[in-house]
Amino acid sequence: MDSRLTKDMENAGYDVLNPLAEETAPPPRKMRLSPINQRRLMNFKANRRGFWALWVFLVLFILAMLAEFVTNDRPIIAVYNGELLAPVFVDYPEEKFGGFLAVTDYRDPFIQEEIAANGWMLWPPVRYSYRSVNHDIPIPAPAPPSWTMDKEKRCSRYPLGAEDPNCNMGNWNWLGTDDQGRDVLARLVYGFRISVLFGLALTLASSVIGIAAGAVQGYYGGWVDLLFQRFIEVWTAIPTLYLILIVSSFLVPGFWTLFTILLAFSWVALVGVVRAEFLRGRNFEYISAARALGVSNPVIMWRHLLPNAMVATLTFMPFILNGSISTLTALDFLGFGMPPGSASLGELLAQGKNNIQAPWLGITGFIVISLMLSLLIFIGEAVRDAFDPRKSFL
Amino acid sequence: MSENTMTNEPLLSVEDLSVAFTQSGRETLAVDRISFDVRKRETVALVGESGSGKSVSALSVLKLLPYPTASHPSGRILMNGRDLLQADDGEIRKVRGNDVSMIFQEPMTSLNPLHPVEKQIAEILKIHRGMGDAQARTRVLELLNQVGIHDPEQRLNSYPHQLSGGQRQRVMIAMALANEPDLLIADEPTTALDVTVQAQILELLKDLKRKHGMAMLFITHDLGIVRKFADRVCVMTDGKIVEQGPVAEIFDNPQHDYTRHLLAAEPKGQPPATDTEKPIVVQADDLKVWFPVKRGFLRKTVDHIKAVDGIDVTVREGQTLGIVGESGSGKTTLGLAILRMISSTGRIAFKGQDIQTHSWKEMRPLRRDMQIVFQDPYGALSPRMSVAEIVGEGLKVHFPGITAEERDRRVAKALEEVGLDAATRHRYPHEFSGGQRQRISIARAMVLEPKFVMLDEPTSALDMSVQAQVVDLLRDLQKAHGLAYLFISHDLKVVRALANEVVVMRQGKVVESGSSEQIFDAPRTDYTKALMAAAFRLEAAPEGIVSV
Repeated sequence: MDSRLTKDMENAGYDVLNPLAEETAPPPRKMRLSPINQRRLMNFKANRRGFWALWVFLVLFILAMLAEFVTNDRPIIAVYNGELLAPVFVDYPEEKFGGFLAVTDYRDPFIQEEIAANGWMLWPPVRYSYRSVNHDIPIPAPAPPSWTMDKEKRCSRYPLGAEDPNCNMGNWNWLGTDDQGRDVLARLVYGFRISVLFGLALTLASSVIGIAAGAVQGYYGGWVDLLFQRFIEVWTAIPTLYLILIVSSFLVPGFWTLFTILLAFSWVALVGVVRAEFLRGRNFEYISAARALGVSNPVIMWRHLLPNAMVATLTFMPFILNGSISTLTALDFLGFGMPPGSASLGELLAQGKNNIQAPWLGITGFIVISLMLSLLIFIGEAVRDAFDPRKSFL
Repeated sequence: MSENTMTNEPLLSVEDLSVAFTQSGRETLAVDRISFDVRKRETVALVGESGSGKSVSALSVLKLLPYPTASHPSGRILMNGRDLLQADDGEIRKVRGNDVSMIFQEPMTSLNPLHPVEKQIAEILKIHRGMGDAQARTRVLELLNQVGIHDPEQRLNSYPHQLSGGQRQRVMIAMALANEPDLLIADEPTTALDVTVQAQILELLKDLKRKHGMAMLFITHDLGIVRKFADRVCVMTDGKIVEQGPVAEIFDNPQHDYTRHLLAAEPKGQPPATDTEKPIVVQADDLKVWFPVKRGFLRKTVDHIKAVDGIDVTVREGQTLGIVGESGSGKTTLGLAILRMISSTGRIAFKGQDIQTHSWKEMRPLRRDMQIVFQDPYGALSPRMSVAEIVGEGLKVHFPGITAEERDRRVAKALEEVGLDAATRHRYPHEFSGGQRQRISIARAMVLEPKFVMLDEPTSALDMSVQAQVVDLLRDLQKAHGLAYLFISHDLKVVRALANEVVVMRQGKVVESGSSEQIFDAPRTDYTKALMAAAFRLEAAPEGIVSV
């Protein structure tokens, strides 16, 4: 301990060796929310619509994240000859069960009988993956939902007709099939997952870049700000959609290709807001005080200014997320999105447009997309309410 | 004092008035059953510290509170025998700006920045008197003349930002007077102004009141103003009027403890004795801060704004150098330049070492020894950090080696030293009062055990009684640690209590400098004399010596 401090403390009447208990008690960990955050949480909950939207969205999101356990063309677990198998995670070659394919087709009646004879297996509630084609639909694809048909009709293509063990609820097409005989519900669940994940990843990445860029511009100002702002003006003038069309003509578009191209343009969304907050904040007296203490610029930006900018950023985020999701959907709809065959909501809409005679395609796509976007907007509104400074201060 | 104070019937009569604010279901009583009268041609002062409910009471008279968040559980406000609290929107609008008008504290934000002076004043005439353009213009010119604006024709098309603070307040007064109200409510009309301008504005208000025979309800925290300008005074604290009566009676024979406390709250005590033997901590020679004025396409520098223009400063260990001057005189710029927070030219030496050429990085180790305490106790503390984090931040920078427990102990000690309970250090700044926040600011500077502290108006945002406490605290800390202070203030009473040397600045230059006794007791220049007269006797200087 600094000797000067010890002396000062003794002069001031302190027992240096035995400080008071409450004086040295470790600060409480950040478990307790600060009063301002408590008030924000309260404001968030007060917006009932947003609060419920968050719960509904979370349930849907978790279900979609567990898509392989909900709707899949392979069992979750199986026991075969006393061996515990997890087909969800492991691709077993078919020769294990006496077949010849490299990857087992569990929907094949021969494999099913083989496993049933030497063990058992547990199927997910829906026995289709987004790729699996239902060869047993009674009507040429696109087929309407199974519940619109009676049992006779539903089972007409199975080898044993209505008596066939595979003609059960697990093999129903709850929302019908698309024009290639794939289950719409399965494609919906996987499509929802990829949309939300894509949106979240894009939002997160563009926020990080946008906040960093806005922070640097706002904090340093001057030439840095001027040049950066002009660059952004030029950059945003590039039409993103055409660029993607051009790029997709010589690159196979995939998740990461699309992600990179969209990220290159979406990061500018937050720059303006964050820059404004930093421009405003850098003249606050507590920033001057920190500078006078000798705190370095990156630390000032991180510890003192960023929390100010976070309010505006968090308010914007749900809307950026929505924007990202609809961009992906739009690209898929136009056929410039995810590679052919991937589950995607945009592709479902495109099929709906091409197959007006099969309204379940378009209606399902429309309902799911509008539900997802509405839920996110409701959550966004509640977040905005929660961070409204007029409600959370004073 | 007006001779007919006692004979008149009341013009405004506030009876049993309460004001409550409801927020998220909780009701707080801001004003608790107050009663007072304002008679014709009389000036009544409402005195109290911030949060005492004086402004809220005044705003209730014109129903300017945010209803329905605000409500009046009890009371009547009788104006010419009519209850204003019961009046509907249409009726109260006829009273506002007509029978009763109001001037506010902050003349910059009280005027619409997008409208020229003529439009702002003419608006009221057109609304209440139905005047046409030409008629209104004549009346506006007449009013501007009355409130002492020079060349009113020239000023008609000026926007608020083209006027000085004093001129803006004059325009506000012109607006308030436009319809010759019976009662003028003045809510701290001079608090945001320099002392010299304050004296002028008070003089003007007094003059106008006599000419127009208005009554005035004057809200202030400054007892000096009350003593000089009011006929009667109501002392408010915690939403209650604890004492009221004629000014002379209250000042000579205060009955209530709180009144006595207020009257005793002037900053007192003696500055440290001047001792030229003490080592010099900070010295600056011929310090200049010039901001270039750039014009034209190539941004050529055509002129400079000379914020600080060739100033010599010497601060010794354990001594205080006071820098006084009106706003815009360059005193804060001078302080920031000495601390190398902004660039300047001229020699700056800290403990004999020339620091003018130091880079920002080379300055960092020295920052431990030179600290700043800022004016605004609300703006100077990051609202998202706890007090322990705020005070401990400097320790993290300058003592990176010490443990978290050690840092915590030093923070606790610094807080105890400035008179705060160390157990409160995990709270956030918004839970503290203005005075406590200023103590936290001081603790943040003191925890690093600096040699030199620049105090930039550390008391001007605080209430009188808190000011006196902070002054005492600063003096004690100086004595205990042998600190060198550079004390910047426009408040001469505080400077007199703290500084042993004083520099009077005006427009970036030194007007007069010397020992504190000499400057205060025997000022040599007209400007310093005018400053002293305005600060201590609220006397307006003749034209030409001080700014308008």
